[in-house]
Amino acid sequence: MAEAAAVGARPQKKRRSGRPSAWGLLFNNTLATAGLLVFGLVVIVALAAPVLPLPDPDATAPADRLLRPLAEGHLLGTDALGRDILSRLVWGTRVSLAVGISATLIAAFFGSLIGLVAGYAGGRADTLLMRGIDMVMAFPYILLALAIVAVLGPGLLNALYAIAVVNIPFFARNIRGIALGLSRREFVDAARLSGKSNVQILLVEVLPNVLPVIIITMSTTIGWMILETAGLSFLGLGAQPPQADLGSMLGEGRKILFTAPHVSVIPGLMIFALVMSINLLGDGVRDVLDPRLKSGALTRPVARTAVMRDAVPDIVPQEGALLDVQGLRTEFRLGGDVYRAVGGIDLHIREGECLGIVGESGSGKSVSAMSIMGLVPTPPGRIAGGAALLDGEDLFAASDERIRQLRGGAVSYVFQDPLSTLHPLFTVGRQLVEAIQAHEPVARRKAEEKARSLLDLVRIPNPAERLKSYPHELSGGMRQRVCIAMALANDARILIADEPTTALDVTVQAQVLSLLGKLRKERRAGILFITHDFGVVSAICDRIAVMYAGRFVETGGTEEILSSPAHPYTAKLIDCVPVLGEPERRLDAIEGRPPMVNALPEGCAFAPRCPRAEDDCRKGAIPMVELAEGRSVRCLHPLWGEADA
Amino acid sequence: MPEAVAGEALVEIDGAERIFGGGRNILGRRKPAVHAVQDVSIEVMKGETLGIVGESGCGKSTLARLLVGLDAPTGGTIRFGGEDVFGEKMDHRRLARRVQYVFQDPVSSLNPRKTIRTILEAPLVHLLGKNRRERAERLSELMDAVNLAPEFLDRYPHEFSGGQAQRIGIARALAADPELIVLDEPVSALDVSVQAQVLNILDGLKSRFGLTYVFISHDLSVVESVSDRVAVMYFGRIVEIGPGRGVFRAPRHPYTRLLLKSAPAPGRKSLIPEDADTELPDPYDPPPGCAFHARCPRGTEICMKEVPPLDPAPGAPAHLSACYHPHGED
Repeated sequence: MAEAAAVGARPQKKRRSGRPSAWGLLFNNTLATAGLLVFGLVVIVALAAPVLPLPDPDATAPADRLLRPLAEGHLLGTDALGRDILSRLVWGTRVSLAVGISATLIAAFFGSLIGLVAGYAGGRADTLLMRGIDMVMAFPYILLALAIVAVLGPGLLNALYAIAVVNIPFFARNIRGIALGLSRREFVDAARLSGKSNVQILLVEVLPNVLPVIIITMSTTIGWMILETAGLSFLGLGAQPPQADLGSMLGEGRKILFTAPHVSVIPGLMIFALVMSINLLGDGVRDVLDPRLKSGALTRPVARTAVMRDAVPDIVPQEGALLDVQGLRTEFRLGGDVYRAVGGIDLHIREGECLGIVGESGSGKSVSAMSIMGLVPTPPGRIAGGAALLDGEDLFAASDERIRQLRGGAVSYVFQDPLSTLHPLFTVGRQLVEAIQAHEPVARRKAEEKARSLLDLVRIPNPAERLKSYPHELSGGMRQRVCIAMALANDARILIADEPTTALDVTVQAQVLSLLGKLRKERRAGILFITHDFGVVSAICDRIAVMYAGRFVETGGTEEILSSPAHPYTAKLIDCVPVLGEPERRLDAIEGRPPMVNALPEGCAFAPRCPRAEDDCRKGAIPMVELAEGRSVRCLHPLWGEADA
Repeated sequence: MPEAVAGEALVEIDGAERIFGGGRNILGRRKPAVHAVQDVSIEVMKGETLGIVGESGCGKSTLARLLVGLDAPTGGTIRFGGEDVFGEKMDHRRLARRVQYVFQDPVSSLNPRKTIRTILEAPLVHLLGKNRRERAERLSELMDAVNLAPEFLDRYPHEFSGGQAQRIGIARALAADPELIVLDEPVSALDVSVQAQVLNILDGLKSRFGLTYVFISHDLSVVESVSDRVAVMYFGRIVEIGPGRGVFRAPRHPYTRLLLKSAPAPGRKSLIPEDADTELPDPYDPPPGCAFHARCPRGTEICMKEVPPLDPAPGAPAHLSACYHPHGED
């Protein structure tokens, strides 16, 4: 869905994206909004200090000393020298804010620079710079700040330098990590090949990508900096009397804390409000800007896809089918749009049979497979109609507990990338034993024995030794075999394999395919095999279903479809694949792009790209027509029969 | 596609070698080293498409990076049009004007925060020093060459599909008007229907601009359909090289045969897998002799001792294979 902003052969008018803007997201966060309000108010008041009708903050009046709050002429009372606390508070906040923000900017500038250079240059420069940073970090921050002020002498400006220096490592380390990752990205190589120098690459290519991180780090640091400024002033090393800042006000009130608490409590509350509001706002900004959080990591999908069928269909189970899916519809709701990823598919698999679903990326083949056991994430996904029957039992009506039993039991999945499917921190043996024990209460030793025989079954040499290996110690082919072994652990009757060989080398792919073929013959398991590769389909599938824009457009026996495709899409798709041994074949590309599933055209979804499309293709629903025994096509003008004539 | 073009060599690689790691640590112990590319000698002729195939980890991408100067060899020389690529005179801008590169992952090779215009203008500014008017002219030429509407220029990379992004990648490589383009798995990340579009565009550009391609892929059928000559790599070395037709119709090296037998093709019922218990060689501890020996059904004693040299086939001097017992001689 990353390409949600659909662009055709020529750009269409840009569709308004259904996602809220950054400001919208920020205002959705109540705490961040509250933080923004408080912080904004404080900043406005501090900025307006010179024009506000406040008495001179440094004017002493011994006669009026230690007036309580709400005294006449002094709203917040006066301090030990009779100075107006309200005025000192506003002027002091102004100073604290200025120091905190400038210190943050200085630390961000130098820290980011060091981080960028270290991350981009790598090697010696990286070692040298980062060890220097480590040395700064080796001292407790307040001690280091004290040392710096001791050398430079007390004063607000020196405190500012001290705080900035102390916080440089924080930025440098954060930015270095990001810059390190970015510098190894392909677009940096591409920029180098475009003739850019190192400095240009660093400033023009890498920096813009690091900027959000710098802003996030700054927004979470300002509060901390203000606290540190207050700390140094409290110790008498920052603002010098009579100048007011929040820390020095606190320090002056300390001695009379019990006789006149308001003198220290008021600046204390101000520091609290200021830092709290900045931190809340900073967290909000981070949530908005951080791409990982933006992509929905904060919404946790539930364990099973929500089923919201308009009406439970009357189901007549297919004779002899192990898995029988009828009229399955799965939708995603994002923003105001409904993406009909699966728009009503029917399929059935018998014992020992392999059905292939072929389609391009985005056609809905993976979502179909995931829907069967409720693995589509909710939100935003949901099953909107249809039924999936396993031996006549409606899976969409089953209890969560029943589904949990069936997952990895009677119905198992094998995914594309074995490295991300297996847990990196546990041995293969332990994961296999866990898979077995999740379904069967057997002793550990027995489970281990079974794990060994499973590895033997998927033809992994020396299984007893391999059980002790971690996933990263195995080759890609071995890992995928372990995944298949895990899927077979509990006598799976249906194996759903989602592009299981796409990430593998051809020689390994051949091994895995022949293994799957053998297993289904020996164990009589049905396989639902999802792929985009007609070559792989030929090697393993008995029947195939070709999927386009969420629906099957053609189903039938593998050989018949490959030799005489009936749907124009199938024919075109076969024509664009280069075939080994036929290098002279002209590759026929399909013009245009598949439609977005939130804006499907009326009639046939392929009509806009189809050379045979006529007016009747563009209206009404196109039904699936049976052409022959076990062969159907969703087309008004199929190619069927023309090839023979 | 024409048969191998006889003519002058554009690139001469002589005994190129790239070792990662190695050296000694503080205590003088040897650090582990990986020989990514070993003793590769190959010539790329002007105007041809040289296909390089091999499985993951065979060193084909490392070789590609050496060719465009993104990485430096630890041994051997690479000469481009007679000039040493890593010699004194050849700085990276000078090389980039003559050789360009198309990346495997089209989206990650475009900076997400730059418009397409900025991305395509970079080589025009930094390599050719063109002024504003010349750049605008060249940009519309480039967009036309890769069949994209000029309105796309002001968009950001995330707004494009994989196929469109790859066409932008190709346009960027074309921008500096290079002689050689190294294509590193340019269609592997694309859907089949889009793959055909991109391959057709590449084919058209080659004849239109008189380009030379080095086309790297793990997909045998794609390589077969685009290449004049094909080199097969295994474990950092070239094991077979020759005209595409010869290598694919009559493979001599047992590894090439295994690759061809394992490749799925529409209508091919069963693939012939090798025995499952074959182990790939350890890159940190390469075996002496032929690296394929452990998987080879024809291996004998000599294969374990000495690395086989690349020898021409009888009757076909352009078709070389590094095997003591090649197919087609018994």
